[in-house]
Amino acid sequence: MGELSVNHLLGIKYLNQKDIQLIFETADHFKEVINRSIKKVPTLRDITIANIFFENSTRTKLSFELAEKRLSADVINFSAAQSSVKKGETLIDTVNNILSMKVDMVVMRHPNPGAGIFLSKHVNAAIVNAGDGAHEHPTQALLDSYSIKEELGEVAGKNVVIVGDILHSRVALSNIFALKLQGANVKVCGPKTLIPKHIGSLGVGVETNLKDALEWCDVANMLRVQNERMDISYFPTTREYTQQYGVDKKLLDSLEKKIVIMHPGPINRGVEITSDVADSDQSVILNQVENGVAIRMAVIYLLASKIK
Amino acid sequence: MSQKRLLSDTEIHIILHRLACQLLENHLDFSNTVLIGIQPRGIYLANRLAKLLQQDYKVHDIKLGSLDITFYRDDFRRGDKILAANQTKIDFLVENKKVVFVDDVLYTGRSIRAALTAVQSFGRPKEIELLTLIDRRFSRHLPIQPNYRGRQVDAINEEKVKVMWKENDGEDAVYLVSR
Repeated sequence: MGELSVNHLLGIKYLNQKDIQLIFETADHFKEVINRSIKKVPTLRDITIANIFFENSTRTKLSFELAEKRLSADVINFSAAQSSVKKGETLIDTVNNILSMKVDMVVMRHPNPGAGIFLSKHVNAAIVNAGDGAHEHPTQALLDSYSIKEELGEVAGKNVVIVGDILHSRVALSNIFALKLQGANVKVCGPKTLIPKHIGSLGVGVETNLKDALEWCDVANMLRVQNERMDISYFPTTREYTQQYGVDKKLLDSLEKKIVIMHPGPINRGVEITSDVADSDQSVILNQVENGVAIRMAVIYLLASKIK
Repeated sequence: MSQKRLLSDTEIHIILHRLACQLLENHLDFSNTVLIGIQPRGIYLANRLAKLLQQDYKVHDIKLGSLDITFYRDDFRRGDKILAANQTKIDFLVENKKVVFVDDVLYTGRSIRAALTAVQSFGRPKEIELLTLIDRRFSRHLPIQPNYRGRQVDAINEEKVKVMWKENDGEDAVYLVSR
């Protein structure tokens, strides 16, 4: 078994196929661990990890924290809302202050694209990007691919459509990189205003008709409309968006084959998918959450192995 | 690099039967005993013993598991190599059971120390015993001794004991490799 080609997880863009395979193999073992009655291993007992969140998060933060604790790392949490950042401290100062307390790894979410990359060049710790603006969210893409592999046997050759707000979505970008790297066929689907102009350069197809996109795919990854990142209106009304790009049970049942429904959360029930779709047996949304812990344990374990 | 054969396939065959008999003597029908092979190399010996007990000694219900100790080791980040995990497969509870750890070579004792910690994740065993094919005495770092041993070997630290199994390595043999 090799090691990761990188010292930080800043984005899927910086990984190669072997890295992903290694993370998945390691995650298999951790998935077995978290399904035991005693779900904890002592591996990282001498590692301290800081979770620094400059942006709100429930799932990702809990998932990282749980992954760290299951590996027996010491964990400190930091939310920008209650910090000196409000008093004008810079990012590097904030992080260096935290690192002087002997922290080995930083898990960071930040509203600005590239914040993790910037930080990795200026501070001495392993950085895990837990989402940087509309740029990347690598662990989400890894757990999405891992869930596809678990459900369909492999990722290569599968047709995956990402539906919704592609423009503001870091999940979409990381997913596109991860899926292409593993040999899947990717299309994006959504209103033209929410699809980046040059998306074709990433090797993905564009589909504006939802029904056609769903007929084509094996997996549909439904994204949330990120109202908080929209400064202008990208579509007339939420109701109209739902009519055009929302998946309901009727649409799902009208398809020729059974497709897998994924959603990175948080779900706006009744907007991008209805409740009966989210809770149907075709949905793997809760498996994604479980796999998230295993994937994050694997990433942290593999990065921690490289800290000397 | 030279290597010397310590055990031939016939000798291994005889030793396996002796170890099986010693296990039988202490555990009789194995109703409350579980065999756990330590990954990666202990599983071959554990499988052999289980098969032997079932086929030649008519013990029908043998509980056999494999335990990976990677995440419990004490040398994480201390070596150059990244520690690679193997599969753990224990589909029974060890609560109140007599556990027999099975490994091919007992050397420093650190793997067994890790295994003792790891097995706690599956319950509180009544007691734990250790069975090993090769016991390298004089090289222990910890106060750990086997309850059943195949052969005791005096080897210096530069030497390596290599256990080969037909199902994986093409032959049954034990070699002492010096470099």
